[in-house]
Amino acid sequence: MSDAILATQGLSRRFGGLMAAGNVTIELHRGRLHALVGPNGAGKTTLINLLSGELHASAGTIRYRGEDITHLSPDHRSRIGIGRSYQKTNIFPGFTAFENCRIAAQSRTPRALHIIADAFDYAPVCDAARRALEAAGLDGRGNRVAAALSHGEQRQLEIAMVLATAPEVLLLDEPLAGMGAEEAGRMVELLKKLAPDHAILLVEHDMDAVFALADTITVMVSGQVLESGPPAQIHASVAVRQAYLGDGTAAAAAS
Amino acid sequence: MDFYSFAIQLLNGVQYGLLLFLVASGLTLIFGIMGIINLAHGSFYMLGAYMAFSLSSLTGSLLIAIVLGILLSVALGVFLEWALFSHLYKRDHLEQVLLTYGLILVFEELRSLIVGNDVHGVAIPDIFNWSIPLTATLSYPVYRLFMSAVCILLAVLLYLLIARTRLGMMIRAGASNREMVQSLGLNINLVYRLVFALGVALAAFAGMLAAPVSSVYPGMGTGVLIICFVIVVIGGIGSIWGALVAALLIGLADTFGKVLLPEAAGVIVYLLMAAILLWRPEGLFRRV
Amino acid sequence: MKRKTLALLAALTMLALFPLAGATFYTELVTKVMILAIFALSLDLLVGYTGLVSFGHAAYYGIGAYVLGLMAPKYEAANLWLTLPAAIVLAGLAALAVGTLVVRVKGIYFIMVTLAFAQMFYFVFHDTKFGRGSDGISMNFKPVAAIGDFTPFDLANAAHVYYFVFAAMLAVFVFLRLLLRSAFGRALQGIRSNEQRMRSLGFPVYRYKLASFAIAGALAGLAGYLSALQFGFINPELLSWHQSGNVLLMLILGGLGSLYGAVVGAFAFVALQELFSSVTTHWQLLLGGTIILLVIFLPGGLASVMNRFERTLIGESGDE
Repeated sequence: MSDAILATQGLSRRFGGLMAAGNVTIELHRGRLHALVGPNGAGKTTLINLLSGELHASAGTIRYRGEDITHLSPDHRSRIGIGRSYQKTNIFPGFTAFENCRIAAQSRTPRALHIIADAFDYAPVCDAARRALEAAGLDGRGNRVAAALSHGEQRQLEIAMVLATAPEVLLLDEPLAGMGAEEAGRMVELLKKLAPDHAILLVEHDMDAVFALADTITVMVSGQVLESGPPAQIHASVAVRQAYLGDGTAAAAAS
Repeated sequence: MDFYSFAIQLLNGVQYGLLLFLVASGLTLIFGIMGIINLAHGSFYMLGAYMAFSLSSLTGSLLIAIVLGILLSVALGVFLEWALFSHLYKRDHLEQVLLTYGLILVFEELRSLIVGNDVHGVAIPDIFNWSIPLTATLSYPVYRLFMSAVCILLAVLLYLLIARTRLGMMIRAGASNREMVQSLGLNINLVYRLVFALGVALAAFAGMLAAPVSSVYPGMGTGVLIICFVIVVIGGIGSIWGALVAALLIGLADTFGKVLLPEAAGVIVYLLMAAILLWRPEGLFRRV
Repeated sequence: MKRKTLALLAALTMLALFPLAGATFYTELVTKVMILAIFALSLDLLVGYTGLVSFGHAAYYGIGAYVLGLMAPKYEAANLWLTLPAAIVLAGLAALAVGTLVVRVKGIYFIMVTLAFAQMFYFVFHDTKFGRGSDGISMNFKPVAAIGDFTPFDLANAAHVYYFVFAAMLAVFVFLRLLLRSAFGRALQGIRSNEQRMRSLGFPVYRYKLASFAIAGALAGLAGYLSALQFGFINPELLSWHQSGNVLLMLILGGLGSLYGAVVGAFAFVALQELFSSVTTHWQLLLGGTIILLVIFLPGGLASVMNRFERTLIGESGDE
């Protein structure tokens, strides 16, 4: 367990008789993008939920910078530097894009006892929000109500919100979901830019993006880790082809 | 308190708890299956009691009154579901709370208009109107034993209905996925209507059963409703077992409370709830 | 000037000049409405802006009233400047205590449990010697606004009470306005909009909800105190579920998620109450029927009204 920022050991989650995620041991390092792939129902989102704290583990441990965080609440994990985006867009639909990011940035300097001063007057948070919008490619769209944004823009906002919390670890659940080719290309560029300064776990179905971005790929099938290693190894693996890449491309195309 | 007095209070507490469980199961059924919180559920209990009073004065027999009352409640339930509650399925909790609050007001005033605000007694049917002697001075009323027996029987029947019949299967399926059930060709609307009518009938029947023992008075509806809420909260989210345990706990706490600490009797149930929430915020039996 | 600001100024001016128009009966009626407006505003913070539907808010309203009733000496007048803060603080503490237990409870169970706790407080005042029982408390004297020898106004005078309540209502309104634009207030609105995301972004949601619950309770206590001050009589029915239901109804009438809505709702509710009770003693029947029709026929349900107000509100303050 070298210089891993986030590491799991034997992490499992069962629901009654169903093992949604079994005995998962992975590591995330700063500057490296770790992709998580597998057919639908493989347990990828379950794993992200375990890492973000929204699901309690049935067994195993999670360590952040060496500290055991297995029983920490989701908000506590976010505060120590673990940020997560959602597969199904999970924004504040009634707020403007700017307000979405501003609230996200506010979480870092909550100033909860400030109950009289107007939040818009606090520049550091507003600036952080603007920077996040820019980084995600949404500058100029800040004043639009989030519900009125296009699907692709909402996915961008989804990322912008996580960025506004300035995390060290990024758990990204299918950021490219439902995006057209051009938008997807921009998102891939963004991820490339983010990779050197963060430890990223990327769940994705778009295998082109995965092979373009990943330093490590872990393949999950039916809740278990099938194989884990550099892209070349995964690409060449017979087991992976059989279980996923082979008939998986049909599943990926359908998703 | 000597042994026999204690035994009497124990039996009373259990009987009260079982009665509460009957009412609470109607509430939980409607909420669990249809996702609707119904504040007017207590009003059905009250209506049941007043029906027992009116119909038994009319017909001279409580048992006949109960049969008629059940038929009327089922009809009322079907009507209400069709006219009002079917609008609530897609609505949020606040709207359900408000509509059913309005319904409470309507029921209370209608009752006030039709039957008045007086407190009434209902005679225990002759077959049950005797007591089992315990000591020279103490005896236990058979009617109360009858009440407990009926509640237990109904609870068992309910369980069999939900867990072992095709209708029960449809009900449980409808609870998890309404659209799917509909697309399978099953008439979900009919199922919901039946479930709602069942819930109403359960509450009304409980009121009718309880009438000879608790008498018939205006505030009985909301009183029982709020206690049912406490039962559901203490018992734990989604758990029938929890509701049973909670109902018995409350029945006993309330009964012994009235005897031992009359001034604090009203508050005891809520203190119990507070203590349990402190210990287990999700209730006693949380269904994972 | 914007039409909205004009309308607001007109309404404020009318309210300010109202007592000069004469009839004590109407002055007292509008005073009563403004007190209910404060009550509704306090619940609006909780329901409209934090998304916590409480059906037991009357508990804190009643506690505020009982603080005055229980603190008032039998043979002399209570001091306003001592008893008023006491009412606010004690109501707020009661809400804080209950909040720690209930704020973790989700969805409709929250509605149930808030109702249950209100009922508990009701029984405390209705059944115990401490609470003086179902007959309630009659105060022999109105509180006195004395600071040493100086008494700026006379609370036995209906017009003075009117202006005091008017000032209180304005103060509460301005306070909530500022609160909602602050970092804390925006976090509350975020919680209402998407609680899961707020948690995932790092907000300790429980603490925010608890704070909102306590503040709402404190403000309700203020309203209850003023009610006791106006009528000189306090009884357990102030904590009844009827009272909790009615204040919720006021919010719906006026429109959720808007501070003006709370005030408008209070006026609308009292207007309906007066209208219906002039028609029949069974006016609650009409009220109940109106509520039912309101819920069924409000186009798009109440959710759309809420969303529209949310957009307007953020649009308002998001202009930069």
